[in-house]
Amino acid sequence: MKIIVCIKQVPDTAGGVKFKPDGTLDRAAMLAIMNPDDKAGLEAALRIKDETGAEVTVLTMGLPKATDVLREAIAMGADKGVLLTDRRLGGADTWATSSTIAAGIRKLGDYDLIITGRQAIDGDTAQVGPQIAEHLGIPVISYAQAIKVNEAEKTVEVERQFDDRYHVLKAKMPCLITALSELNTPRYMTPAGIWDAVDAEITTYNRDDLTTLKDEDCGLAGSPTKIAKASDKVRKGAGTLFKDIDADAGAAVICEELAKKHYI
Amino acid sequence: MDFTLDKKHEMARSLFRDFAQNEVKPLAQEIDEEERFPRETIEKMAKYGLMGITVPREYGGQGCDELTYVLCMEEIAKVCGTTAVALSAHTSLCIDPIMTFGTEAQKQKYIPKLAKGEWLGAFGLTEPGAGTDAQGQQTKAVLDGDEWVLNGSKCFITNGKEADVYIIIAVTGTVEKRGRKQKEISAFIVEKGTPGFTFGTKEKKMGIRGSATYELIFQDCRIPKDNILGAKGKGFGIAMHTLDGGRIGIATQALGLAEGALDLTVAYTKERKQFGRSIAQFQNTQFQLANLKTECDAAQLLVYKAACAKDAAGFSPASTYSVEAAEAKLFAAETAMDVTTKCVQLHGGYGYIREYDVERMMRDAKITEIYEGTAEVMRMVISANLLK
Repeated sequence: MKIIVCIKQVPDTAGGVKFKPDGTLDRAAMLAIMNPDDKAGLEAALRIKDETGAEVTVLTMGLPKATDVLREAIAMGADKGVLLTDRRLGGADTWATSSTIAAGIRKLGDYDLIITGRQAIDGDTAQVGPQIAEHLGIPVISYAQAIKVNEAEKTVEVERQFDDRYHVLKAKMPCLITALSELNTPRYMTPAGIWDAVDAEITTYNRDDLTTLKDEDCGLAGSPTKIAKASDKVRKGAGTLFKDIDADAGAAVICEELAKKHYI
Repeated sequence: MDFTLDKKHEMARSLFRDFAQNEVKPLAQEIDEEERFPRETIEKMAKYGLMGITVPREYGGQGCDELTYVLCMEEIAKVCGTTAVALSAHTSLCIDPIMTFGTEAQKQKYIPKLAKGEWLGAFGLTEPGAGTDAQGQQTKAVLDGDEWVLNGSKCFITNGKEADVYIIIAVTGTVEKRGRKQKEISAFIVEKGTPGFTFGTKEKKMGIRGSATYELIFQDCRIPKDNILGAKGKGFGIAMHTLDGGRIGIATQALGLAEGALDLTVAYTKERKQFGRSIAQFQNTQFQLANLKTECDAAQLLVYKAACAKDAAGFSPASTYSVEAAEAKLFAAETAMDVTTKCVQLHGGYGYIREYDVERMMRDAKITEIYEGTAEVMRMVISANLLK
């Protein structure tokens, strides 16, 4: 069984979002990490590998620096890394990105399952995964909170999450699943995995290698969406709700919280 | 000379940092309070290969180098001195001597299980009357047919009772050296559960309180003849060589404690307000922090240098890094004590409260000036090399 996991290197928004004066993301000022939903997708693939011995290939599109997340994925247990990189592919919106990734997947050849994260924490569109499936003409099940593979039947059974319930869907492979970070807790890398990953050869495809990709579908020119302005959402803390406690216990909780911040 | 970590070590550090923050830190205060060995953490470390970082892959290890192990120790010690010393005793004091002096059969029998963390390792040299004077051993091993018979006791043994495999130093006879009779000392591998091998008192300590520190008791404890480690009579050299490596582990533990305390103190001084501003805005705080950071960085360079010297030697019986290890341990241990004490001071009254991690770190730091060779012994090693 062959699994392709699409991952993206994103700026870590945990420490706050930083912008350049022109309103675009200042990626250099933020730590680069593997997108959390993608990491959960990778973990799901690695668990299938643990059970079935499946081959797991990780694929990303980005600057050469994006090999860092491919190596991290290999250090966690993925078998191969593929980087799609070319200045001609830059400035891509979700359409151009998904067209490019689909062309990369076609170039790789056969696969049984493609797993992507639900959405990336930098763009938050949740469009690329389903679009890849559209380009490839395969079924897609999004928002997976649980995945079961039946190798004999060549099917997957997925719990698709909703706000207050989930649907159980079954699809024939090959198909694409978009994963939620709640799907699992990703494993750590291992020291030996890291050493192998740093030495591992990363397959790199440039624009010309992607023979099924049309010029009108890639890069800035192939992107119908233009970002006028980006800004950080002012988030209000969710707060903590203490239910069913009396006044004394409530006062104790407040004192404790204030003491933690050294106000009292 | 390039003072930056390469890609492998940089990635390894990020792994160890994540692991320490997510898996080790949450338990640090609890295991100290309860004086409880963090068995669950050891199991997690085993799962990710952290119990056999330096062991070659053919023996079930990760096949990485000493610097990788040191980075792991450093990140763990930043959040928990107890967990760090369990790893150090296991790796430096048990795996290392077996890899260096063991026969192929001994390596095959013990190393894969130790490297995978299925077994935990320990080392017994110290006795009530043999501390810095390590030659004052009283524990005896006598060959009786196909077995060695051990009698005596060891004290202050890290990972005691928790460990499965113990390197034990014992007297096997007397030899004449320059006309004087001297004890002949040998090293042995003893497994937990061997009849006649029991555990005495668990020590109640000032710091590293989650670490299991026990007395080991041998009463007519019979072990196979083949469990001698290295040649008969070479035990003292094996112990000293083992401690050279161990000192790099303890130096790293000390370094981590200092860095961990400093990280917390930097955050605290920015948050803590007195006289209407954060205490980080006072020049006294700034100058103190500058001194502490400089000490930490200097200690880190000595520790990494010692680790690289040990890497160059590999698992070789020749001791080529004694001085580097001694300098690293001396400086890092004294740095740990100085930095943690000053971090408590910068925390003011809160620093004296057990809820604040710096209080524990100051207690944990003290032992690094004492065990695996006191600061005074480190000075002896360094000066002896200067004056030879």
